[in-house]
Amino acid sequence: MASEKNITTTGLLGWIDTRFPLTKLYKEHLSEYYAPKNFNFWYFFGSLSMVVLALQIITGIFLTMHYKPDASLNAAGVPVAFASVEYIMREVPFGWLIRYMHSTGASAFFIVVYLHMWRGLIYGSYRTPRELIWIFGCAIFLCLMAEAFFGYLLPWGQMSYWGAQVIVNLFAAVPLIGPDLSVWIRGDFVVGDATLNRFFAFHVIAIPLVLVGLVAAHITALHEVGSNNPDGVEIKKQKNADGIPLDGIPFHPYYSIHDILGIAGFLLIFCAVMFFAPELGGYFLEFNNFIPADPLVTPPHIAPVWYFTPFYSMLRAVTDLFTWVMVASAAVGAIAVLRSRWPLLIKAGGVIALVVLALTFRVFDAKFWGVVIMGGAVVILFFLPWLDYSPVKSIRYRPMWHKVLYMVFLVNFFILGYLGVLPPSPFGQVYSLVGTVFYFAFFALMPIWSRIGDFKPVPERVTFKPH
Amino acid sequence: MKNSFKSFLACLSAAILLGGAPAAFAAGGPVALDPVPSQKLSDKTAMQNGAKTFMAYCLGCHGLSAMRYSRLADIGMTEEQIKSVMPPGMKPGDYIRTSLNRNDAKEWFGAAPPDLSVTARSRSSHSGTGTDWIYTFLRTYVEDSSRPTGWNNKTFVGVGMPHILWEAQKTKSPAEFDSMVGDLAAFLNYVSEPAQFKRKTVGVVVLIFLAIFFVLAWRLNKAYWKNIK
Repeated sequence: MASEKNITTTGLLGWIDTRFPLTKLYKEHLSEYYAPKNFNFWYFFGSLSMVVLALQIITGIFLTMHYKPDASLNAAGVPVAFASVEYIMREVPFGWLIRYMHSTGASAFFIVVYLHMWRGLIYGSYRTPRELIWIFGCAIFLCLMAEAFFGYLLPWGQMSYWGAQVIVNLFAAVPLIGPDLSVWIRGDFVVGDATLNRFFAFHVIAIPLVLVGLVAAHITALHEVGSNNPDGVEIKKQKNADGIPLDGIPFHPYYSIHDILGIAGFLLIFCAVMFFAPELGGYFLEFNNFIPADPLVTPPHIAPVWYFTPFYSMLRAVTDLFTWVMVASAAVGAIAVLRSRWPLLIKAGGVIALVVLALTFRVFDAKFWGVVIMGGAVVILFFLPWLDYSPVKSIRYRPMWHKVLYMVFLVNFFILGYLGVLPPSPFGQVYSLVGTVFYFAFFALMPIWSRIGDFKPVPERVTFKPH
Repeated sequence: MKNSFKSFLACLSAAILLGGAPAAFAAGGPVALDPVPSQKLSDKTAMQNGAKTFMAYCLGCHGLSAMRYSRLADIGMTEEQIKSVMPPGMKPGDYIRTSLNRNDAKEWFGAAPPDLSVTARSRSSHSGTGTDWIYTFLRTYVEDSSRPTGWNNKTFVGVGMPHILWEAQKTKSPAEFDSMVGDLAAFLNYVSEPAQFKRKTVGVVVLIFLAIFFVLAWRLNKAYWKNIK
C-alpha cells in the first residue's frame, strides 16, 4: 500500500509519512484548509471552546490527584469531599490556582459555547451542508450540561447537594417508572455517598470521553464541508485555476495567528476574573456552596449556577396553567392539520395523535411536563436545520424584522436566565410562562416566519475590508 | 462585524435593564450589615490579634479544621507566638480543631457549632461579604430572657450561641470592642482563603504578562494579515 502513495517528503518526515499521514493531515487541516477570509469577532469562540476544553481537562486531571469523592464526615464533622477541596485550596502548592482555573473555566466554557451557538444561529451555520456539524454541536452542548451538572455535586456543598437533589427528584415525576428511576440514578433513597461516587465517575471519565469524541466529529465534519462565514456565501463556488476558493485563505498561518490574538484577549478577561473575583459575586462560585452538604437542612432558596438558569426558568414556568397553554397549542396544531392539504388518512391520524397528546398534558403531573419542556428546549435545537426556510443564510441579508426577532429571542433568553437566579415571584411566574412560550414558538413557527419578508440580495463573493 | 457586535451590546444592556426590574421586588432582607474596616483585612497585626481572640474565646466550641496552627506564620506570627496560642498537647502541624464533642454540643445547643474555616465566604450575600456578616453578627447581641442562653441576636435571630464576648463588650469602650471584633473578622477572612493575598499578587504579574502578549499577538496578526486583500 505504502508504495502506491506519492511521498514527496524525505528524511524522518518521509519515514513517518510512508507510515502515517502526518503531512497529509497537516495540509488538510491546517496549511491547506481554506477558510473564508471575512471571519469576524464571533469566529473566535470556536477555537476558544477548544482552549477551555483543554484547560478543563488538564486542571481536572490535577484536581483528581487530591480530590476525594467521599461523603463521610471527618474528625471535625466536615464531609471528606468538602474538606478535600479546602485541602486543595490551602495545602496543595498552587492548588488554589488549579481549582479556580477549573471553577472559572466551567463558567467560561458556557460563555464561549453560548456565544459560539449564537454565531451559528445568526449566520445560518447550521444550513445545508452543515447540518451534521450543528447536530454534533448540539450534542456537545448537551454533554457539557451533563458534565457541569455532575461536576457541581463534587465540592459537596449545600448548593451541590440540594441542586442535585432537586434535579434528580425531577425524574421521579416520569409516569410509572419515575420513583424507581430516581432511586436508580442516585443509587440511594437520598443523594449520598453512592451518588457522589457515580457522579464523580461520570464527571471525570464517562462524559469527557464522549465530549472529546463529539468534538473530533464536529471538527471533522467542519473540515469536510468548510466553514460558513458572516455573509453565508459558499466560498467553494468561486475557485481559481488551482481549485482554491477565491475568498479562502489557509487556516495556518492566518487563522492560527488570529486565534492566538483571540486567546490572548480571552485570557486577559479570564485571568482578571480568576485572580481578582473568582466567586464573581456568587455567580461563578455560589456563597451557599461554602457550607458543607447537610441532608437535614434544606436551604431556603436553591438556585442553579447561572448557565442553567434560562432552562430552570422554563422548568419553573410549567405549572397547571402552563399545561392548559400546551393543550391550546395542541389544539392549534390539530386545526392546522385539519386545514392542510394532506390525504384524509394522515389528517385523521395527525388529529387523533394531537388530541391524545393534549389529554396526556392534563393527565400527567405538570412537574413531568416541566422536565419535558426543559429537555425539549435543548432538543429543539437539534431540529433547527430543518426548521429554517429562509432563502438566505446570514442575518445580514434578512429583513429588518427578522433581526429584531433574533434580538428579542436573545433578550428573552437573558431575562429567563436572570429570573432563574431569583426566588420564585408572581412577576417571574408570569414572565417565564410568556418567555417559555416565545422560546418554543420562535423555533416551532420558524418554518412559517423564516420565509416571509424582503430579503436582500446575497453577493457572489464575501464582503471583506483589508485591515 | 462592527454592527453585529454593537447590536449585541445593545441587546445585552437592554437585557440587563429589563432584568433589573424584578430585582426590585426581590430586594429587602435581614439587618443591614456594617462593613468591616477595610484596612484591617490586609493588616497582619489585626489578623494576629484576631487569631489570639479566636484561640481564647472561640476555639472552645468552633474549629478551623482546614487550617494547621503552623499556617499562622503566614500572618507574621513567629513559632514562639504560635506555640503560645496553641492549646496544650497540640503540635504546630495539627489542624485547628475544637476539643468539644459534637454529640455533646448537639445536646447542649441544639446543633453542633459549625466549623468556621470558610464562614467568611459562606456568609457572603448580596448585602455584604461574609466578613461583614461576622463583624455585624458579633456586635448585635441583645439580652433576651426568653432564650435558653439569655441572649438573642439581631443579625441571626434565634441563634444557639450565647454572647461569648459579653465581658469584653462590658469592659471595653465601644470603639475598642468594635476594633477587637474587626480584628477577629479580619482573621477569619484570612482563614477562609489563605491564598487570597498571593492570588492578587500573582494576578497582577499574570495580567501584565498577558497585556504584553496581547500587544505582540496583535502586531503579529497585523503583520500576517497585511497581505490579505
